[in-house]
Amino acid sequence: MTDDLPDPRDNADADPCRAALHDIAAAADLRALEALRVALLGKAGWLTLRLKELGKLAPEARRARGVELNTLKESLLTAIEARRVALEESALAARLASERIDVTLPARPAAPGLIHPISRTMDEIAALFGAMGFTVAEGPDIETDWHNFGALNIPAHHPARADHDTFYLPPENGEGAPRVLRTHTSPVQMRTMLREKPPIRIIAMGRTYRADHDATHSPMFHQCEGLVIDRAITLGHLKGCLVDFLRAFFGLPDLPVRFRASYFPFTEPSMEVDIGWNRQSGELGRGSDWLEILGSGMVHAKVLANGGIDPGEWQGFAFGMGIERITMLKHGINDLRPFFDGDLRWLRHYGFSPLAPAMLHEGV
Amino acid sequence: MKFTLSWLRDHLETTAPLAEIAQTLSAIGLEVENVDDRARALAPFRIARVIEAAPHPDADRLRACRVETGEGGAVSVVCGAPNARTGLKTVFAPPGSLIPGTGITLKTGRIRGVESAGMLLSLREMGLGEDHAGIVELPDDAPVGASYAEWAGLDDAVIEIAVTPNRGDALAVRGIARDLAAAGLGRLKQWSAPAVPARFPSPLAWRIDWPEACPFVLGRSFRGLRNGPSPDWLAARLRAIGLRPINALVDITNFFTFDIGRPLHVFDIKKITGPEMVLRRGTGEVLQALNNREYRLEREDCVIADAAAARSLAGIMGGVESGCDHETTEMFLECALFDPVRIAQSGRRLQIHSDARARFERGIDPALMPEAVEAASRMILDLCGGEASELVSAGAMPRWQRRASLRLSRLREFGGVEIAPETAITRLEALGFTLAAREGERLSFAVPSWRNDIAAAGALDFAPTIAPDYAARLAMRVAEIEPEADLIEEVLRLGGLDAVPSVSLPRTAALPGPALTQAGARAALVRRVLAARGLLECVSFSFMARDEAARFGAAPASLRLLNPIAADLDQLRPTPLAALVPALARNLARAAGEVMLFEIGPGFAADGAVEIATGLRAGAPPRHWAMPARAFDAFDAKADALAVLAALGVAPDSLTTSAEPLGHYHPGRAGVLRLGPKNTLAAFGELHPNLLAAFDLAGPVAAFEIFLDAIPAAKRRRRGAADLPPLQPLTRDFAFVVAENVPAEAVLRAARGAERALITAVSLFDVYAGENLPEGQKSLAIAVTLQPRERALTDAEIETISARITAAVTAATGAKLRG
Repeated sequence: MTDDLPDPRDNADADPCRAALHDIAAAADLRALEALRVALLGKAGWLTLRLKELGKLAPEARRARGVELNTLKESLLTAIEARRVALEESALAARLASERIDVTLPARPAAPGLIHPISRTMDEIAALFGAMGFTVAEGPDIETDWHNFGALNIPAHHPARADHDTFYLPPENGEGAPRVLRTHTSPVQMRTMLREKPPIRIIAMGRTYRADHDATHSPMFHQCEGLVIDRAITLGHLKGCLVDFLRAFFGLPDLPVRFRASYFPFTEPSMEVDIGWNRQSGELGRGSDWLEILGSGMVHAKVLANGGIDPGEWQGFAFGMGIERITMLKHGINDLRPFFDGDLRWLRHYGFSPLAPAMLHEGV
Repeated sequence: MKFTLSWLRDHLETTAPLAEIAQTLSAIGLEVENVDDRARALAPFRIARVIEAAPHPDADRLRACRVETGEGGAVSVVCGAPNARTGLKTVFAPPGSLIPGTGITLKTGRIRGVESAGMLLSLREMGLGEDHAGIVELPDDAPVGASYAEWAGLDDAVIEIAVTPNRGDALAVRGIARDLAAAGLGRLKQWSAPAVPARFPSPLAWRIDWPEACPFVLGRSFRGLRNGPSPDWLAARLRAIGLRPINALVDITNFFTFDIGRPLHVFDIKKITGPEMVLRRGTGEVLQALNNREYRLEREDCVIADAAAARSLAGIMGGVESGCDHETTEMFLECALFDPVRIAQSGRRLQIHSDARARFERGIDPALMPEAVEAASRMILDLCGGEASELVSAGAMPRWQRRASLRLSRLREFGGVEIAPETAITRLEALGFTLAAREGERLSFAVPSWRNDIAAAGALDFAPTIAPDYAARLAMRVAEIEPEADLIEEVLRLGGLDAVPSVSLPRTAALPGPALTQAGARAALVRRVLAARGLLECVSFSFMARDEAARFGAAPASLRLLNPIAADLDQLRPTPLAALVPALARNLARAAGEVMLFEIGPGFAADGAVEIATGLRAGAPPRHWAMPARAFDAFDAKADALAVLAALGVAPDSLTTSAEPLGHYHPGRAGVLRLGPKNTLAAFGELHPNLLAAFDLAGPVAAFEIFLDAIPAAKRRRRGAADLPPLQPLTRDFAFVVAENVPAEAVLRAARGAERALITAVSLFDVYAGENLPEGQKSLAIAVTLQPRERALTDAEIETISARITAAVTAATGAKLRG
């Protein structure tokens, strides 16, 4: 890099120039380099001063000296720039080295929250029945005796009442019949009939209560009720609707589904629905055992009439199923009691991400 | 309802194997709960004779027996039973057989040096009873080598079915047989009961004082009886279905209860006072019932009384004092018809579950009464000798005859299946219906006397809003349609519901609308927001202990269960938070570090239930190298509440935070979020220290409750064009000194309102009190963001705006700019 420089021995200025190039190459940091630049090329810099003195020279000498000084300036600038780049690079390298962290350290925790399996199942039910044109209806937990029993063809001393183990609350305003905690979601059927005109296609989900507490019964549990009323709905539709739902819900297109005659006061004919499973392994859809999973039937003429719907004109079906039960079956949960315990360990094990809601197009 | 296979075969001629019978029962609505095929379990066991029982050479309590089993030579068996003796006939289990009572499979082995190739069994080891004092002792004439089960009549499967409340007729072996025959599983055998000769006038007569409870009753006296243990076949049959044989007269009544579903009762005439048995209301007297418990008989109870006392709780249970025992020689037989509802009421109130009650409350066959008396009389005379009196009766058999008609097209239009008319008729006739008339497609059937569930009269229970004339029209429709549905059900169930083809529901629209209600969709969104913020969802009981509920608000008597299942589950919760706090305490007791829970559910108040989304954060977050340890505080809860409200479309700026916390929160570290002056949308803050102490909780608990019903529905408006000014926003900082009791929100609100067109954000970045500030004062440092619209702001304009902000804050709060 010094080839183009004047030989210092030929020139009185040679020494400072050579020293300058040396100093530039040796500048320890950007500040030192800048100081050198100012000393050489600043307003009162060594080279600047010499360039100013050019005017005093004779024209020929001036030209020669001018060329010489400008060449020198170029080389100084080049040297300074080169040094600056080198210094910046090493500064960056040093900084990067100094900023090194242990990337294996644990990240800041953000414990995920989760959705309860009961809510998840209810979301899936709503998505599947929603696709079949059902809407979700709601009703209160505290019901009148009429909505829970009388309207549904369960008169006061009907033996079916004994199966219901009802919780009672004092009567409204202290008079009349005691109120009940609904023993099933069926009262929502009646509320819907009184609120809407047929055709009706609803499901109702929510808390239900029975005075029964042991390993397989909880005094509070959840049910899903369904009601379809139209002009030409037959028992064949009941079967089709429930088979379609059960197969989609359990994700088993070949799930065996069996319908058995039974009795409920609010439907006729009534039937219980079983699905095929293996009692030993708990595996659904395989094996030769049957598991009762829901109750259903054609809506009883009296129930329609009690709700103000003409049973000569309209007919349909209703069904009810336990949400905990189908949740336990779907996810292999074998104990009912922890559902209502709020035990973090259980919730973390069985909970569902809020970012993967039950949607048909993503697969419920 | 339990019965044995051989009992069923008394009424049903069938070749169907047990498995098919069980499967058919379930399919037609008589759900099989259990099949106990004892014959299979007992099959390996044979009758054997102990040829010789010698003391075991090496064990005092054991005997070395040589046993004749009927197969091959004598077998050596070591036996520990004290009654193992030479010559005894007993039961032998060969090696390889499974012992039902112990679950162990036998192997040939040596017991203390003596070979033992089998086992002599006790009843308990065979699973036949509790007697294990020794091995079974059989009579000397028991045939060695024969199957024990076959010899003892135990080769009879016991079937247990669940009978639904509508099928009183299926609480009888004959009724079950009839259903099976109608389902094609065989032929129902003839059954009839010719009258026995009446030899004398009955010394006892009936009188009905309460015809609503008992419209009709029959009776007959017997004399010269020899009561005693029942014959083996009867005792074995009763034992097989779980009844204890008592004596022949009592056992006969139990037999007919199960055989034809006809409860009967027998009184010992010598223990009866006066010539008349009266059916009347109870008068508060106490009856010692046959279950040896005492019951007080009230006006609502129907009793059977003599001149001295009540002798029986009618249709439910007889009394001990008038019961028949081995000394009974004269007996009065009762065969009555009782009102099902009154029986159900009495039975439920007195909590007596008897076989008689189960049948009467479902309704029994009234037409069978005379024959039932004759059948029972015949068996009484056969088993106990003596002679029967003339029949006595009171009241009259009520009219039970009914018609039910069916339009054949309804099998398809309602039942969804094509069934040939003749098939439908055949099935109904097999159940006892008789085709009375046929007009076109309408078939009219006479309903058999035992099917009180078909075409039953029953009141409608109309909604109060239904007008009387419309109700009358509906009632007529029901009277026409309900019996038809009854018949369709019978036809379908007998053919099996598998025969009905499944049809998917037709679409009602090309694409379905939203399934959830607005409230339901909002709850679903809130659930996702809270879970996404790290909280775990709980679902808790709606009821809890009353004193715990009271800590979270009112626990009114109107929300107290009249019949709680446990004392600590007697009050409906005022808020789901009341259930989360105990869950928190349980988790912390299990050494959970950090607990973050939420629940969306009802909170109950005297004036109705409200939907509340509640959550809490408590405990110690896990220690982490990069995050300073800190306890949860009110602002965690406030952030949760605001996040939910924002998701539901409530702009944070539209809310006021008010330091008027609900009672269960810390009075100085909690508040409520309101929309307008009255509408409280949420409460948040740290819970009250007293509450924490009550649940044994240490550190702070940050909780919130969001009252979902109070939140106005988000408006679905099209958004205006987006405002994206090209000019850079600029920020100015202010530090105000205000009195300590001035809420920060007042400062922020005043600053924001100072120049609405330009100020787009005000944030508070420092709160300071202490050194350099006067006592009772604090410094609030805020950053105000200005967004120039058309042109950049000049320094002078910025100065003007700054002055206006200062003035506004000062005017609103008395604040001074910090020097």
